[in-house]
Amino acid sequence: MITFSMVLIVFLIICALGVSFSRDLLISIAIYMAFSLIMSINWLILESPDLAITEAAVGAGVTSILFFITLKKIHSIRTTAEEEKKDE
Amino acid sequence: MSKPNPNYKGSFWEHLAKWLRGEYDPVKGRLETKAVAKKTAGKEEMQSFDQSIQKIGKYDMRMFEEGIDRQVGRYRVVYRILSVVTVVFLISLLLWTVSYMPNFGDPNAPTNNEVSQRYIEKGMEEMGTVNIVTGMILGYRAFDTFGETCVLFVASCCVLFLLRVDREDDPQSAAVEEMNDRHFEPRNDTILQKVANFLVPLILIFGIYVVLNGHLSPGGGFSGGAIMASGAILYLTAYGFKKTHRFLNEKVVDAMKAGALILYSFAITYFLYTGANQLHSIFGPGTPGNILSAGLIVFLNIFVGVEVACTMYTFYTLFRRGGI
Repeated sequence: MITFSMVLIVFLIICALGVSFSRDLLISIAIYMAFSLIMSINWLILESPDLAITEAAVGAGVTSILFFITLKKIHSIRTTAEEEKKDE
Repeated sequence: MSKPNPNYKGSFWEHLAKWLRGEYDPVKGRLETKAVAKKTAGKEEMQSFDQSIQKIGKYDMRMFEEGIDRQVGRYRVVYRILSVVTVVFLISLLLWTVSYMPNFGDPNAPTNNEVSQRYIEKGMEEMGTVNIVTGMILGYRAFDTFGETCVLFVASCCVLFLLRVDREDDPQSAAVEEMNDRHFEPRNDTILQKVANFLVPLILIFGIYVVLNGHLSPGGGFSGGAIMASGAILYLTAYGFKKTHRFLNEKVVDAMKAGALILYSFAITYFLYTGANQLHSIFGPGTPGNILSAGLIVFLNIFVGVEVACTMYTFYTLFRRGGI
């Protein structure tokens, strides 16, 4: 079990570095979601399933959706309509 | 009668007197946002709408590049060195602090005092909850949770103040808005709709299960509410606002949000009153393990869940188009 949690912690560190070093903000958010999921497994190992459920629902779900919308509003994500325009 | 002060006109006291009489408003024209001139959206405007969005994107990029070239370029080295120094300092400070903390599961840790011992030993007996965490959050420390629920309500009100956009009845501007919404979100996407058909009921039922079983199994009001909200958000993303408005419009969400908070406050008042005065509560602990046990905690869980779900859903809609 200790090996498993060590592997998870290494993944956590990789994710945390990946969020700050990735150039594309969209990829940053995807990595952040992965961070939240790994963190929720970590909470499960630390015997706090309540926190694990909350982390998975809020961290990986709702927060990232809000981030996605914000990125769209500030035109950081190219929408499908713009991509079609570009192809023409 | 005293002589009138020759410097009275335009002085602080005159303004104060006027303000008290209601003739003068010191923040008039400064704080309020001015009404935007009404646009008439013709067909050309609708066509140029696509292009304007693209233009904005390019303009942002150009500003960004020029900014880097002229202003930031000189200081880039300094910024980098300073940021590295700050981060290294913070990391070492935090690691140094962590090294003084007790080990995980250490029986001599200061957190293992008589308070947590009481929670673990007497929690099920006193609160009737199998899940000790819920008994602690909504039983022993229910007043704290009431404060948290109020914070959620205030947060959603603040986001409402900041991001709300007033709807106009003008059909043309409504059409522009519709365009805008379609630009930012997919509409009538078949794959998304089929997946949502399958997933939304499952997510909603799982959320209700987590809320109702908060006192028996892991979970509770907050996590269950977040799960329910994500189900509603998925439905909204797949089917758009028109279909969602049949069961979740502004009135329903507002009524649920305010009603849950008011009912929570009544329940917590009764709970604290009977508990503090050693009175007999009509909501007894019951048999631990049943759904209808643990007294008021089930209802408190439901109220917290509704509050959280409505707040999350409101956040999403306000971020997306400035209104439910």
